[in-house]
Amino acid sequence: MSRGGDFARGVRLWLAPQRIRAEGDTPDYRFSLANERTFLAWIRTALALIGGGFAVDQFLPGLAWGIRSGLALALLAAGVLCALRAVNHWVRCERAMRRGEDLPVSRFPALLSLAVAVVAVAMVVVVLFGWEGR
Amino acid sequence: MTAVGRDPGLQPERTRLAWRRTTLSCTVVALLAGRQALDSGVSGAGVIAVALSLLAWLGFLGVAHRRVTGLGTAEPVPLSPRRALTAAACTVALAVFAAATLF
Repeated sequence: MSRGGDFARGVRLWLAPQRIRAEGDTPDYRFSLANERTFLAWIRTALALIGGGFAVDQFLPGLAWGIRSGLALALLAAGVLCALRAVNHWVRCERAMRRGEDLPVSRFPALLSLAVAVVAVAMVVVVLFGWEGR
Repeated sequence: MTAVGRDPGLQPERTRLAWRRTTLSCTVVALLAGRQALDSGVSGAGVIAVALSLLAWLGFLGVAHRRVTGLGTAEPVPLSPRRALTAAACTVALAVFAAATLF
């Protein structure tokens, strides 16, 4: 519930960026740059997941169509979530730094690692049980 | 921080390199997108998909270039939310084209 509220507030901030500047004090520029690098690292994670989705579709032609598309779609969806969450988290960190509050905590990294583990286990199962080429 | 000159921690340089790494990742994904779209022969939909992927890549490149240029000063201003949103939107756009070409 609170997560939905946070998200809605975050989206309003994305669309009205000047409101961030209106709050609190500008932090040391090095903290903003560190936040920016974290944002970029998440964007790279998103790009890697999307690239993985392309790769599953292009380089595993032996897999059955359903499995291949399912895996590719799961990776692409994870990439999209990761990119959107990168912006949201960056905005929230920036705002927390301006207000001098604690940085926001998130369970997203744990969820993402679980999702990646599920995809990896799915691949192991596919390879072990020879569902490729059906 | 009031000292003028280089930050001993090289924060702007590290941020610039982070942008370059990210641009490189985006280029790889855009190339994969082009390969995917043209894999099944040149068709109308394929050409449109390649053009849209190219557009997303150019959008990312533009944001990264302007940010890297902006980081050239001793105390750079924070990233603007519009640029952050554009970078993420280009990433999402590549994923959406990928999903569209799956079917």
